[in-house]
Amino acid sequence: MTTTQTQFETVIGLEVHVQLSTHTKMFCSCQNIFGEDPNTQVCPVCLGLPGSLPVVNKKALEFAIRIGCALGCKINSFVKFDRKNYYYPDCPKNYQISQFDKPICYEGAIDIPTEDGTHKTIGITRAHLEEDAGKLVHADDCSLVDYNRTGTPLLEIVSEPDMRSPQEAYDYLQKLKLILSYLDVSDCDMEKGSLRCDANVSIREMGATEFGTKTELKNMNSFKAVRTALEYEINRQHKVVLSGDKVIQETLLWDENKMMTVSMRSKEAAHDYRYFPEPDLVPFTVEQSTIDEVKHHLPELPEPKLNRFIDEYKLSEYDATIIIQERCKANFFEDCLKIYPDGKKVSNWLNGAVLQEMNARKSEITDINLTPERLVELIKKVDDDTISNLVAKDVLGMMLDSGKSSAEIIDEKGLAQVSDDGALDALIDELVNEHQNIVEQIKAGKDSAVGFLVGQAMKKSQGKANPKKVGELIKRRLLDG
Amino acid sequence: MNLNELTAHELIDQISSSQISPQDVHKSVRDQIDAVDSKVKAYLRLNDNPQNYDAASPYPIPIAIKDNMCMQGIETTCASKILQGFKSPYDATVIRKLKDSGAILVGNTNMDEFAFGSSTENSAFGPTRNPWNLDCVPGGSSGGSAAAVAANEAIWSIGSDTGGSIRQPAAFCGVVGLKPTYGRVSRYGLIAFASSLDQIGPFTKDVRDSAMLLNIIAGYDPMDSTSADVPVPDYTKALTQDVSGLKIGIPKEYFIDGLDAEVKAAIDESIKVLKDCGAEFVEISLPHTEYAVATYYIVATAEASSNLARFDGVQYGLRSFPEKVRKSSLIDMYEESRDQGFGPESKRRIMLGTYSLSSGYYDAYYLRGLKVRTLIKNDFEKAFESVDAILTPTSPTTAFKVGERSDDPLSMYLSDIFTISANLAGIPAMSMPCGFSQDGLPIGLQLLTKAFDEEMLFRIAHTYEQNTEWHKRRTKFN
Repeated sequence: MTTTQTQFETVIGLEVHVQLSTHTKMFCSCQNIFGEDPNTQVCPVCLGLPGSLPVVNKKALEFAIRIGCALGCKINSFVKFDRKNYYYPDCPKNYQISQFDKPICYEGAIDIPTEDGTHKTIGITRAHLEEDAGKLVHADDCSLVDYNRTGTPLLEIVSEPDMRSPQEAYDYLQKLKLILSYLDVSDCDMEKGSLRCDANVSIREMGATEFGTKTELKNMNSFKAVRTALEYEINRQHKVVLSGDKVIQETLLWDENKMMTVSMRSKEAAHDYRYFPEPDLVPFTVEQSTIDEVKHHLPELPEPKLNRFIDEYKLSEYDATIIIQERCKANFFEDCLKIYPDGKKVSNWLNGAVLQEMNARKSEITDINLTPERLVELIKKVDDDTISNLVAKDVLGMMLDSGKSSAEIIDEKGLAQVSDDGALDALIDELVNEHQNIVEQIKAGKDSAVGFLVGQAMKKSQGKANPKKVGELIKRRLLDG
Repeated sequence: MNLNELTAHELIDQISSSQISPQDVHKSVRDQIDAVDSKVKAYLRLNDNPQNYDAASPYPIPIAIKDNMCMQGIETTCASKILQGFKSPYDATVIRKLKDSGAILVGNTNMDEFAFGSSTENSAFGPTRNPWNLDCVPGGSSGGSAAAVAANEAIWSIGSDTGGSIRQPAAFCGVVGLKPTYGRVSRYGLIAFASSLDQIGPFTKDVRDSAMLLNIIAGYDPMDSTSADVPVPDYTKALTQDVSGLKIGIPKEYFIDGLDAEVKAAIDESIKVLKDCGAEFVEISLPHTEYAVATYYIVATAEASSNLARFDGVQYGLRSFPEKVRKSSLIDMYEESRDQGFGPESKRRIMLGTYSLSSGYYDAYYLRGLKVRTLIKNDFEKAFESVDAILTPTSPTTAFKVGERSDDPLSMYLSDIFTISANLAGIPAMSMPCGFSQDGLPIGLQLLTKAFDEEMLFRIAHTYEQNTEWHKRRTKFN
């Protein structure tokens, strides 16, 4: 099978719906919040009651432009909405206000990493504003509708069919989410549905220029599910073609439990959405100065930040990549660097002990009891031998638990290292008596045996002995004497 | 004269000098309703709790509302079975403004279902009759509102005009009807027929009342993105009696074969009156006039097909399931509810509109319609470079008999042939009485001006009115 499959090339394009985290909904002043009691965040407009009219949320427009600028898109200054007509109970007007021929953003791109360490560019065809639908809840003998989500601003970001493997699709989604997370425009939480992804996939013979017949995959609830569903579907298409059949253009639902795709509707049953210009919203023009303003206020995006961290702070690409995964973490890192010069050390802490604490507490860096000043203070305690690295990690945990500074904790718990020659000499006396054979080995020139004694010293002192100093004293006593 | 036969400005004079109270006026109107509405059938329902009477408020005037404007807590049906039982949780902006001005909301008036029609025969609740001749239609779609004012069952009323639905019934019923510039009056709360054409406007007994009522309802509304942020002048200031030096255009395309001779004679006579007042008349051309009806029925039905999609039995109004199906599907519910809820003209227009928006037909119909609409608009813009206003008949004939055209949609559509263009162009237009036929039916003349120049309409109309007596005639019932 594998040998024949290599004759085929996979072609994938993704449609990503991003819920914009504006205070109010797309066309009315209802609050745009998640998790409230059903049908409490509604008004005549988002309920589509007779006579109600939409009014464009300018903030949603600004968010869309922000995303467009970050994705390198051109921005349509002529803003026009259209109606997409279809009947479904979660859509109270039985049409969705969307953008058809004039999407707010078009012709952008995202770079994704490739295995050989270079980058591949995935084109973005367009991104258009629209309103979200409500939620249907199916009971035994009836269906219920919750309209709270109705009218939530959505930006649908449509990629070019530029991806050639499920992994590339996965990487594209990761990168897109990373960029969005830098822009403060969305939760990007797939579980909450604030980011949703449909995938179009087809296969064709290697070297062919025409596209094969595509299928559309829906209902994937995580990036991993997108990858798995694509793998499944590509495999299915291979089997269809290799058995001499043709792939049918259809919409498929991914069933996460059965780990397979299920047909939802074929092309014959496809909707005619009868798009036409939304007459309730007069098209208007966004001033170029407004677009420039948004562009000007864009935060530094992940990729330039990564490169700058590598250049400016001499981080490895690996360390820098982890640091920039979250904008707040990158900011934290830079704040540390304003008061402490060693980027490598700060990144080791952030990507090591601090990350472990964050994971243990399931919290973001902004939600744990840590400021850049406190972290730097702690690192300096190691630098000046007040405490060892090992003790410092415990101190970090105690800092987060108590909200106290490292100095306070070291003081209270008496954790400062013992570097005093007299105290250490007494400790070494004990060790020399207890480990005569090791002493012999050291004297015989086995340098690594010193490490063993230092370890024992740390144990006896409950970590408080300065290991460097202990090592020096042992050598001085046993070798110089 | 009884109080209910007076104009609002006459009543306000008497109220402010404490000769009468708003209650007296309301009672007079209600008495008339009790006396004649069983024959006229202008109202679908009466408001038994029309709020407080406040003689100190600026306009404590009884007003009737077309049944397609949402009033909080009150049923609004668009004269359709599909909306029976629907009570709006909010007030339309126009309703709010009327309440704020102290107007007494008398009740909701009959109309063609969803404003689809020109005779008010398409109401699911039976036709309204013309108060001048009960065998005739009052026009439509705002026939109930026009008839209510003509029958003195209201001092004022409010209608909506998508292709002539205020002006044509105003002409048929011998009252003043104004379709303001598109965007002049907020559509928020008006149950949409065709969003890009609909406009709310006043029915009154004379031009001064029309200016007063427009003063109340006009203005920008942040809830309606299509409403215009253009300052609202005091329209009563435009009620001069001076048209000298004004140039009024007579479009040659409007004097067609089907134009009734009596209508034509009345229009010719009106031109003479205005000439005597100093206006200059010139023949003009609006070359795309012949495409207006076709364009209108493409654009209006396309928008209507989408606007009416929400009436599906899910949230409000009529919900029905097919009887013989044991387990009904969602589609069954949609189909059955809409089949039972909509009347034949609504179904016809929904199908027309759905068709013209369909994939493969969009370019040939809807898109072409929009292009011709632009040409029609350009015709008017060009005309208004050389004239201050345009004068035409409002409708080719006087009111026709009930039932006469109801089986022939095309002949019905043609009664709006002179009014449709103003909606397509978005310009203001007014119909006012200019005579009566030999069998006693009113004739209307239509004035049109460029967008947001309602003042010019009022100026010419008021001058004409001051030099004629037609507006003083009142209907009489035995």
